[in-house]
Amino acid sequence: MRKVAIIGVGSSKFGVRNDVNVAELAFEAFKPSIEDAGITPKDIEFVAVGSTGAGAWYEELLPAVVSAEYCGLTGAGLVRCEAACASGSAAFATAYWTVASGQAEIAAALGIEKMREIDTPTMMEWIGRAGYYLWEFHNFGVTFPAYYALYATAHMARFGTTEEDLALVAVKNHKYASMNPIAHLQNRITVDDVLSSMIIAAPLKLFDCCPVSDGAASIILASEEKVKELKIDTPVWVAGIGFASGTANMSKRLDYVGLEASVSASQKAYKMAKVTPDQLDVAVVHDCFTIAEIMAYEDIGLCKKGEGAKLIREGQTEIGGKIPVNVDGGLKAKGHPIGTTGCSMVNELTKQLREEAVEKGRQAPMKNYVALAHNVGGTGHYCYVTILRR
Amino acid sequence: MASMPSIKSREVKIVQDIPISKTLPFWEGLKQGKILATKCRKCGKIFFPPVADCSQCLASDMEWVELSDEAIIETFTHVVVRPTTFQHEKPYTVAIGKLKEGVRVLAWLTGFKLSEVKVGMKAKLVAKITPEGNPTYVFTRPE
Repeated sequence: MRKVAIIGVGSSKFGVRNDVNVAELAFEAFKPSIEDAGITPKDIEFVAVGSTGAGAWYEELLPAVVSAEYCGLTGAGLVRCEAACASGSAAFATAYWTVASGQAEIAAALGIEKMREIDTPTMMEWIGRAGYYLWEFHNFGVTFPAYYALYATAHMARFGTTEEDLALVAVKNHKYASMNPIAHLQNRITVDDVLSSMIIAAPLKLFDCCPVSDGAASIILASEEKVKELKIDTPVWVAGIGFASGTANMSKRLDYVGLEASVSASQKAYKMAKVTPDQLDVAVVHDCFTIAEIMAYEDIGLCKKGEGAKLIREGQTEIGGKIPVNVDGGLKAKGHPIGTTGCSMVNELTKQLREEAVEKGRQAPMKNYVALAHNVGGTGHYCYVTILRR
Repeated sequence: MASMPSIKSREVKIVQDIPISKTLPFWEGLKQGKILATKCRKCGKIFFPPVADCSQCLASDMEWVELSDEAIIETFTHVVVRPTTFQHEKPYTVAIGKLKEGVRVLAWLTGFKLSEVKVGMKAKLVAKITPEGNPTYVFTRPE
């Protein structure tokens, strides 16, 4: 496999985007990404789209096709990737493999999700079905917050993690989102705001949960030869990609204090990139719920199992701490347009690694110029970990 | 939904017919108060939820076994914000319990005050017919 670099990134504004349809939203992310790369749509040979809700929470069954036509990409190789909330990372990996294998010189990964065209109970219904419908939703109506609440209960019982610890994750991520103009939720909140918010699925409360967001992100990847030819100033190299999966039935997991898929995917990514967790300058992790960020710290090796709460209490995942995490606001506050998130994570890390591109106040200090994105699909059903290096 | 100009998509109603031929004894068993799992005759692995094909050795030779009813609760949640098709239900508690056969079961937990529910406590797994006539199973208070 040959070396592959990210040469352009772009993102739409996240939030309730009832002003645009799915293709228009894709354009909003795609155009800045090709301008960033200095290419035209005709230079792109392959496009992998991450999107989950086609036909369910938005009307188009084939979002890759409608978005490609709208962005001037018709004719390129095209696929939609589904890995639930990790669909964006699956699309990124697919675009990466297309270039790394030599089949394309330039490829695009496009995350597109439009979630706010339907009402909230219907959204809870669709996302609750994203597990094992027959055995866990049909009779028991397990919602997505409920699945992560099962993890929270077990983690609290085993390690003494508290609701205040969970709240600290939300407070931190809202703080950084307030400095991120694309973020869905830009309000700063306190621990008391989280603790007094309404219960969604105990012990998780409203402010423990990410919002339901619309948003798109676009990443342009190119071979080393193309990077030289295009005279790209600051290519960001794909150093490692790790992948794994977990059982469909939640009842078949070995325990409820972490995600095995996260452990396995991160180990593969570290091995491929030849780096260790202590060499990371910045990370974005899958914080769809506050408990998910604490488990991610442990699963990807930022701390030992059971010590995730200690890391957030000590402020070690803030800028100035041991390893800044989710300084874009995370899924929690930047927003989580499901199939977009993986591409949005790569967008953020690329800008972090280029240093100058990030809004003041949320730039992580760079020492090794190594960054990690951890993207979970479902409740640990899929996991992709991507390591980038400048 | 939309505060911005929009048009309504065409309405569709979706109901799927989910095949249960290969696990029919399970659904019939619930009506008789039994909770059945499958056991692979080749490698001996027990499956709950029941399956017709073994993911461990890929044999398709299963026998039906009745599960014990004593579970240890490993985790739980109380679902307050409910999906569309559960709007008519009161908030419900979902738990995962481990049985002595080594399999885990996810089901509703009933018959306890929420403040009484603890990780590690015992519960009884019982088959049940819902008021709408659907066979299901729940964890409840041991006798």
